[in-house]
Amino acid sequence: MLAYILRRILSVAPIALGVLLVTFLLFRVIGGNPAYRIAGKNATPAKIAQISHDRGYDQPYFLNFQDFPNQLFRAQFPRLARNILRGDFGESLTSKMRVSQLLRDGVWPSLCVTTPLFFIELILAVALALLAAYFRETWLDRSLVVLAVMAMSISTLVYIMVAQYWLASEWRLLPVWGFEGPQYLVLPVLIGTVAGTGGTLRFYRTVMLDEMYQDYVRTARAKGVSPARILFSHVLRNALIPILTNVIVALPFLYTGSLLLESFFGIPGLGRLLVSAISNGDEDVIFAETFIGAVLFVLANTLTDIAYTWADPRIRLK
Amino acid sequence: MNALPPHPAEGLWAIAWQQLRRKRLAMICLAILIVYAAIWFYAEGNFWSAKLRGITPNYRISNYAIRNQPPSAGHWLGTNYAGRDNLSQIVQGTRIAFEIALLTSWIVIPLGFVLGALAGYFGRKIDTSIVYLYSVIGSVPGILLITAISYVVRGAVERSPTMQTVTRYVDSGLLAVCIGMGFTGWVGLCRLIRAEYLKHRERQYVLAARAIGVSPAAIMFRHIAPNVGHLIIINFSLSFPGLILTEAVLSYLGVGIANEPSWGAIINDAKQRLWLGNWWELAGATAAMFFLVLALNLFGDALRDALDPKLRTAEVKTA
Repeated sequence: MLAYILRRILSVAPIALGVLLVTFLLFRVIGGNPAYRIAGKNATPAKIAQISHDRGYDQPYFLNFQDFPNQLFRAQFPRLARNILRGDFGESLTSKMRVSQLLRDGVWPSLCVTTPLFFIELILAVALALLAAYFRETWLDRSLVVLAVMAMSISTLVYIMVAQYWLASEWRLLPVWGFEGPQYLVLPVLIGTVAGTGGTLRFYRTVMLDEMYQDYVRTARAKGVSPARILFSHVLRNALIPILTNVIVALPFLYTGSLLLESFFGIPGLGRLLVSAISNGDEDVIFAETFIGAVLFVLANTLTDIAYTWADPRIRLK
Repeated sequence: MNALPPHPAEGLWAIAWQQLRRKRLAMICLAILIVYAAIWFYAEGNFWSAKLRGITPNYRISNYAIRNQPPSAGHWLGTNYAGRDNLSQIVQGTRIAFEIALLTSWIVIPLGFVLGALAGYFGRKIDTSIVYLYSVIGSVPGILLITAISYVVRGAVERSPTMQTVTRYVDSGLLAVCIGMGFTGWVGLCRLIRAEYLKHRERQYVLAARAIGVSPAAIMFRHIAPNVGHLIIINFSLSFPGLILTEAVLSYLGVGIANEPSWGAIINDAKQRLWLGNWWELAGATAAMFFLVLALNLFGDALRDALDPKLRTAEVKTA
């Protein structure tokens, strides 16, 4: 077990490096020398050469064969990887601030939106899925499923636009833009819940219904166990594995924040940071956020496997 | 449970169709999908007839005298900022939605299927490297990867003459979005196919084929492929709605389709005029998108239940 966990944690490294390599290829190799972006439109070639030299953009991408083998790793990608592994994320091209500072500033606003959203969605989805499973194949179950699919079929953009227009600007119930108090979070969390719960509910319902038709449920029913008890202590326990997977894999998204909600509601979180970094080609921010996101994602996957053994003692990890 | 099929020799598809036919909701959804497909064909005809004659198609002709009109007898869904009929914009949006789904699938299906088959059938190093590849792609935030790839495609279109011949027939924004979504979307299909190939390579018929010396390629693509092919259909119908919704988000992020009225572009445009009270642009595109996504979701579910009841497809977060 311990060996397994260690092995999985070690496997984070190659994947995280791979993710870094993919983003590096896309933004630096194919995207071109960022010195042009830093220098602006009217820069002289000398100025661009100067910036390229200062920031190391004039070095080879992967390996340096000049003066072999002394400077083999004096190249762009090895340097980027080394810096990031040391926890040095560089500085933003647009705001000239340290990326680590930007990340620290953005975590709290992101968590303020995603954490309540995460718990409300989880509780609501599990409760409604239990309800649907309990009343399976009745009008209640069917209308819950159809409602869930209907809620999934509307673009989040539309929810946001409609809510901002009516709830916020027309009726002036809630603020539209900013991050100055809890009332600023109500609308984003509400929209996130409406847009997100449908899919989760439908998945949990399927999982629970799968369990409903198992032999042990029939046995329990034959023994005279009450339907409510079957649902809560037998079915829910066994449906826990897929539910856990879904929940834990969603954990990294708490950190990365919501791109759409944050940029529409002016919440200065990591999601909005990433959106503006993408549109400005702000490399260091993109590299840092993708790298951290990927590490968290792989760790969450490991955590899921470990959680399996807790939820189902039959599973042994090798 | 359902009764057994009348003829035991009937194939997977016949049995599935019999099951589907009994579900009223699935049949209603199928009817809706057929209507959408008809609209799509009409829109293609409209688009190509103008394109081949080298004239501006009627949905693009602007008439500033009637801009921003609410719905009326002449324009059932009103007009937009350039006085173009909103309904015909939405009809063209249907064409774009289907084109996105098809173009993206041309990348997703070959890539996901072939890599999944190779990984599952050969195992060992091939499996490890393919699993590594899709773990890496799967760990990058989807929107970021799609955005980056579509920027790259846009740059390539500007530079290379071959790409410019392609974009004479396919809108460059559309191409960029599809390549972006294609190179991120194959991961899900690849996982499914790999898992199936892992199971099938131990089956008797595969062992028998191997024993008489059938080549691995023939085993993979002639013997096993027909047994897992239905996964492609299920994956397609369940990922189609996601593609439509993602396209809308991409339009918002400014990497969507710029020169054609995709639903995402219409919704994004409508944002600027919603506060003037112009609700019809948003409502029209949302409704068009809603019924298609709804029908695809419900039909996809029913199709999955009919073709492969044990298959579980988790919800994937988009943005």
